[in-house]
Amino acid sequence: MAELLFWPALVAYGEAAVAYFGDARHPGRAGRFATWGVRIGWLVQTALLAVQAARADGFPWSSWAGSLNLFVWLVVGAYLIWGCRPRYRLLGLAVLPLAFVLFVLARVGGGTGIGTRSHYSNLFLVLHVGLVLAAFAGFTLAAGLSALYLWQERRLKRRESTILRLRAPGLAKLDDVAARTIAVALPALTLGIVVGGVRLENRGGGFDALMAVTVVTWGVYAAYLALRHFAALHGRRAAYVVLAGFILVAVVRLALPVTHFAT
Amino acid sequence: MSVVLVGISHHQAPVELRERAALDPDRAAELARRLAGERAEAVCLSTCNRTELYLADESGEEAERKAEAALLALEEELGPALYRLHDEAAALHLFRVAAGLDSMVPGEGEILGQVRSAYEGGATGPILDRLFRDALHAGKKARTETAIGESPASVSSAAAALAEQVFGDLSGRRVLVVGAGETGELAIKSLVARGAELAFVANRTAAHAEDLTRRFGGEPLALDEVATRLEHVDVVLASTSAPGWLLTRTDVERTLHARRGRALFLIDLAVPRDLEPSIHELDGCYLYDIDDLEAVVAETLAGRRREAERAESIVAGEADRFHEWLASLDVVPAIASLRAHAEEIKAAELARAKLSGAERRAAESVTAAVLNKLLHLPTIRMKQAAAAADGVIYADAVRHLFGLEDER
Repeated sequence: MAELLFWPALVAYGEAAVAYFGDARHPGRAGRFATWGVRIGWLVQTALLAVQAARADGFPWSSWAGSLNLFVWLVVGAYLIWGCRPRYRLLGLAVLPLAFVLFVLARVGGGTGIGTRSHYSNLFLVLHVGLVLAAFAGFTLAAGLSALYLWQERRLKRRESTILRLRAPGLAKLDDVAARTIAVALPALTLGIVVGGVRLENRGGGFDALMAVTVVTWGVYAAYLALRHFAALHGRRAAYVVLAGFILVAVVRLALPVTHFAT
Repeated sequence: MSVVLVGISHHQAPVELRERAALDPDRAAELARRLAGERAEAVCLSTCNRTELYLADESGEEAERKAEAALLALEEELGPALYRLHDEAAALHLFRVAAGLDSMVPGEGEILGQVRSAYEGGATGPILDRLFRDALHAGKKARTETAIGESPASVSSAAAALAEQVFGDLSGRRVLVVGAGETGELAIKSLVARGAELAFVANRTAAHAEDLTRRFGGEPLALDEVATRLEHVDVVLASTSAPGWLLTRTDVERTLHARRGRALFLIDLAVPRDLEPSIHELDGCYLYDIDDLEAVVAETLAGRRREAERAESIVAGEADRFHEWLASLDVVPAIASLRAHAEEIKAAELARAKLSGAERRAAESVTAAVLNKLLHLPTIRMKQAAAAADGVIYADAVRHLFGLEDER
């Protein structure tokens, strides 16, 4: 069953990634194919996750690869909310190839299989892993939006004559959507950290480097929102802060296998 | 049945000639009705770039003569500029017109609506009805499947499109206009059409500023007040003939703190320029002058021409489909006669046979199946032959072989 669902989802994501490149060259039909690829891929992956959840003994995405599978689903799901609008298709150029590669890694690591066993309680993992991964998915998208902002701003500053050939969303819109995404993701990360902290308190255990980086990540995004509100942090500088926060997110995700998922 | 097109367009006729042949929608509809008469079909397409008459009639020559006479009656000097196209070529031409491929600016959007109006006002029958519906479909398809109509084709629309690249949606974005000339007004129209709001108009002559604010809203200002209002606007549009900078880098820099990070888009259409170029270096400020905008327009027009190549193949495919349909009309009467002839034989033979009710029903069912199977392939082959221009020969052969000549 996992095979039957994994491959169609992967093919759909792959098709969408290729179609986004086609759309960048000739906007139109390729963009619509890409959109449908994303939708179909995400629905099939949803089915895969549902089957994994139904057949698992405990939380099915407790391994690093399993969490990667869930992370891909969350990133693509968040992208689907507004990313399929024609102006945001450029963002698909970054999101879908990334989703494709991470989905393959999840498969190689055994995170797309069925019938896994978990060492942890269901409730803790659903809350802690689910919330942290959802927050990271939001930060990933915000980073994509900020990268798109910087690229678009550079084109406007250089007064590129080709700027209307490949149209991106307006700068103000990108800035605003990135901030909104972070405003939703940060509370999720806060709750995820609190749940992790409570468990650490109850079960005992040390405060490792990964936890420290996660808290720093939280600090960066909290500072971003605070500065935005109180010191009018907008535009290019705001985009750099979001990207800095994303570097920390990437560090945390890469460090997960050697800390949290080491067993 | 033949389709004929006779017309003039911007390719051969200068505006002095085209304006004499231009018809308003009522006169165009009246001319179409007059040309169609009792039996034919006619549509008159009249825009600022063309006046074209489309006719469908039994005789192509007669239709061409009528259309030519009608156009020459509007203006005798049109003669050398007239073009005449028939059947497939006429259809392809109309499809290209509807897709904006024959326009001065490739892909311009207005023409599709004009073709639709001409069709609705025309005296159409089965041929022109199908032709114009297919043309509208081809026009839409070319626009949705290519980017031919997406990019701006003028400096004013490029300025508005660039403002959208800064702000996204322009709804509620406030515009300050410096200089109330004709160039500035075109840009205001483009910005307002996209939802922007005219906030202030500053001009040396107060009456001109007031005139603009009456038409587009906003508040008139004195030129020396411009710098004080920067804090409250998103777009600045300058197009005066003043010799020095009307807005300097220092003026803009002073407002940056109060703007709280909001972007400012400045459009300088004036020569000599009104806005100090180094404003563009400020964080969140984007200044485009006339040369920058013209470079954008040149690029988008080049892009439209590239897209036009893709649109041409879409339109050619649609024109081929129309041609196949038109050609199949030549063999339809022969196919209908052949089927009617077969049905007559079947009915006569069944009437002669002495059969019970159940036997008759069974025999009717079997003979109907035999006839359908027998006639299926010849029907398909005749339609294919019609598309390959051999339809009339095949139709004549069928009539001769089956003795259908009298049923013509």
